[in-house]
Order: sequence, then C-alpha cells, then structure tokens
Amino acid sequence: MTDAALRLVSDAPNAEDAQQAGSPEPAGGQAPPPELGEVPKGWPDSGPAWLRDFLAMAVPAIVLPAVTFLLVLAAWSMVQASLVPELPTVQETWAKAVEVFSDPFYVYGPNDMGVAWQVMYSLARVLSGFALAVLVGLPAGFLIGTSRVFETAWMPLIQILRPVSPLAWLPIGLLLFKSVDPSAVFVIFITSIWPIILNTAVGVRAVPSDYTNVARVLNFNRSEMVRKIYIPATMPYILTGMQLSLGTAWMVIVAAEMLTGGIGIGFYIWDEWNNLSVPSIIVAIGIIGVVGIVLEALMKLVQRRFDYGNA
Amino acid sequence: MDTQEHLRISKVGKIFKTSSGQYEALRDVDLAIEKGEFVSIIGHSGCGKSTLLNLVAGLEPLSYGAISLDGQIIKGPGPDRAVVFQNHSLLPWLTVYENVRLAVDKIFTGTRADGQRHDWVMANLELVNMEHAAHKRPAEISGGMKQRVGIARALSMEPKVLLMDEPFGALDALTRGHLQDSVMEIHARLGNTVIMITHDVDEAALLSDRIIMMSNGPAAGIGQISRVNVPRPRHRVELVEDPDYLSARAAVLRFLHEHRSEVAA
Repeated sequence: MTDAALRLVSDAPNAEDAQQAGSPEPAGGQAPPPELGEVPKGWPDSGPAWLRDFLAMAVPAIVLPAVTFLLVLAAWSMVQASLVPELPTVQETWAKAVEVFSDPFYVYGPNDMGVAWQVMYSLARVLSGFALAVLVGLPAGFLIGTSRVFETAWMPLIQILRPVSPLAWLPIGLLLFKSVDPSAVFVIFITSIWPIILNTAVGVRAVPSDYTNVARVLNFNRSEMVRKIYIPATMPYILTGMQLSLGTAWMVIVAAEMLTGGIGIGFYIWDEWNNLSVPSIIVAIGIIGVVGIVLEALMKLVQRRFDYGNA
Repeated sequence: MDTQEHLRISKVGKIFKTSSGQYEALRDVDLAIEKGEFVSIIGHSGCGKSTLLNLVAGLEPLSYGAISLDGQIIKGPGPDRAVVFQNHSLLPWLTVYENVRLAVDKIFTGTRADGQRHDWVMANLELVNMEHAAHKRPAEISGGMKQRVGIARALSMEPKVLLMDEPFGALDALTRGHLQDSVMEIHARLGNTVIMITHDVDEAALLSDRIIMMSNGPAAGIGQISRVNVPRPRHRVELVEDPDYLSARAAVLRFLHEHRSEVAA
C-alpha cells in the first residue's frame, strides 16, 4: 500500500519532467534538419542579441505547438472528407465556437443556459466535493500516518475502495440524497478522498525524526507537535494529493453529469449529442481541457508557496 | 554545590530490541562530568557514542542505571540538555530567525516579554555570527551556516548541558576549523558544560578538557579517559608543538588503533 501511495506522490513531478524534456525538439518537417551549429536559412544572424535570444526561445515554443495543431486539423479534415462524413468540418466547428463564445452567459430557462454557466456549475460541484474530501481526508490521513492501530484498521478497506471507479458510487449517492446535485458532489468527494488520505499518511510518516527530536527537546505537547512540526512538514505531500484529486475530479465530473443530467458541462455534452450537435461537443472538449489546465496551474502556484527547498 | 555531581551517569546500559533479537549497545557506563567541563566522546563507528548522547538527552530510555543532572534524575528530553544535531535539523519552512524564535518562545513565554524574546534570539544569532542571515530560509544558507544556527538555537535554550552529536562531521575542513574556534570562544564566554561526540582526534584534543574513548560494541563501554592539560584560550597553531596536546592526541590515536574493528573495511 505504501508503494502505491509513493507512486502517486512521485507521478506528478515525473510527468512534468518528461514534458519538459520532450518539448525542445528541433523543428523537422520539410527541410532536412540542420547540422549541429549550422545556422538555418532565414535565421536572424544579425540584429540585437536580445532579439535573437527571444526568437530562439519563442520560435520553438510557439511554432512547434502551432505545427502540431495544424497537422491535427489537417488530419481531421481528411478523415472527415474521405472516411467519416458524419464528423463536423473544421469550419462548422469554428462557427459553433464563435457562436458559443459570443454569448456564454445567456439564460433561457433552467435547462438552457450559456456554456459559461455550464462550466461554473460543474466547477462548483467539483470544488464542493473536493473541499469536503479535504476536510475529511486530512484528519484521516494524519490518524493513519501517526497511529499503527488506525493504519491496520483502515488500510484494507481503503485499498479495496480505492480502485473502484467513483461513478459506481453514483447510485448509492442517489439512494442516500434522493437528489442528483448532492449525488454528483458525493461522487467527487469519493474521487478526491483517496489520494488525499494516502498522500497525507505517507507525508506524516516521512517527517524526519530530526524534526520531532527538536520538538521533543523543547517539550512540545501533542497539539504543538501537530501544528508546528507535522502540518508544515507534511504540507508538500498534502498538496500533491490535492493536485491529483482535483485533476481526477475534473475528469470524473463530466461523466457524472452525463448520468445525472440537469446542468453542467458533462450534461451539456450529452444534451448536444442528443441534439446531434457534434460541433458543440468538440468545442466543449476544448473548454474542459483549458479549465483543467487552469486548475492544475492554480494548484502548482500553491505548491510553489510550500516548496521549502532542500534544507 | 558539589561540582562533582553536576552530571552523573551511573552504571548505565542500553539494550535495543530488534527484529533479530536483543542488541546490547552499552554496558555499565559510569561517568561524572563537572560543571563547565568540555568533554569529547570518541570511538569507532557503531561504538554507541550517539546512543550515549541520546540517553543523556533523554531521547532514548535507559535499559538500566540512572543519569542525573544537578541531583535530578533524567526522565526524558528537555531544554536543560539542548542538542546540536549532526545534520543541523533546522525546520526548512522557518527562517533562521524563526527557527531560534520557536525555541525561545516555547521556553521563555510567560517569563520574558515579546521584545525581550526578540532581543534574545538576535543575541544568540550574533553569538554565532549569523544575524545577517536572520530572514533567510535554511535552504538558502551553507552547511556551516546551518550548523551555526543549530548551535544558536541550542544555546538560546540556556541549557545546563550542551550536547553536540558530531556537529562538524559534514563540513569541509576550513569551515570546521572556523566553527571549532567559535565553539571554543562561546564556551569560554558562557562556561556551559559541553558533551561533544566526534570521530576527529584533532578536534577532540583541541576542544576538550577530557576525552572519553569508547570501546567497540556490542556492549561498548568507556575504554580510557585522557585529560588534555592545555591552558585556555587555546590556539590551534601554537598547539602543534605543545607536549601536553601532543601526548593527549597520541593517547587517543593509540587507543583507536588498538581498538580498530576487525570487520571494518
């Protein structure tokens, strides 16, 4: 179990490293790649140094992703034209995106609102479920991390429940709450709680005995020990757990809302499918992706605040 | 006050229970340390010197025997026996100032006003020449600086006994020399009782009034005690030719050579 939790802890930074390592690839394509040290044609070899530095940084950062986008759009057009005519064209989808973003806040009734409202309802569910999971998961993680008795008592149950798709809990939520909205929040709560509990427990166990020895020499009582040593020392682990939870919760809410209906970006997709408006679905996929990136960036900001460095 | 009974280690032993049975780390250790004395404990790796220090600190329970400080039996850790840990043990989320302030607040809240506690933190940082880095995090300062802050934190507790567990082991030779001089200066100024663990013969001979040489484990004990009869203040350069210094140093070297472990590579 500790292995699994540790892997959770280490997953995020590795993925990031891999991304960073992968991004500065040379721009291949039409021309053969230039030899090492050879200046490619059209490269500004004169001009101020800052301009060259800026171009050297910006060209790969902007041009490479742009090329990828264009390639994917071209492939999409080809597939649409030759293999799957039911797919919307790129132009249709673009027109739909313009339409959706031109009035994202309209309200024509409880079941017909702009896409911004759909996203906000989904975010509200994710954040409520996530907040509840933090409230329950942090104390639970601390108890499991500090007490062998709690660990032995609770870990088997947690290990059994952790691999279950959170959506399996939706009927239980409906049964308990007799209403779809709290049920979706309940599903997000279940999604978020396991990484938070496990990472907190691992973090608490990883608190170096040096720190606790300092506290013991100072005769800290239990409350001072938790507030002044355990919580700050565990903070980086807790935040990793929260980042994992939030990312997964944002994925799960889409599926949950497809099942619960009403309002939300997940239901929006399902509704547009029933309307056979596939361009809207593709636009929604883009929106979900961007919101996911923003959520992750926000968590990263908080994590940076609690990065104490290697002391 | 009877100076002989300042710190008394009486027939102390420590037996660890491990998964593969019992391990007797220390057997019948008996030692009396005077007030203001600087004592080094030296021995090969695994001879139980850190264990002995932890027993005095109260971080580990005794298996038998007793340790008393000014007539009081030691029952657990406490700020009267401040520890300078081997790897500085500064809390990385606190600044240098806050690391010392944490100790000062815990011990002197109620007896000293807020301003006095602040002044006391700064006084201790000045003592180790670290006041300039008060608002840096431990990750932003060098290893030698961290160890200075660890010493300041320990001194700020106004301990009766300062316990140092290989305080300079992880530092380069130049930094180590500077810190040794600082410790001698502070000891001269404050007159604390100091117990220092080291594996460095020169360090032991330079700093100590007495050098306790420990035999090898299991069931390690005090093998020999050597007194360094060199007057203070001491200067490392002048000591090079001091006969008392050289004879103390030679005694320790001989002891360590005779007790070198057969298994050590």
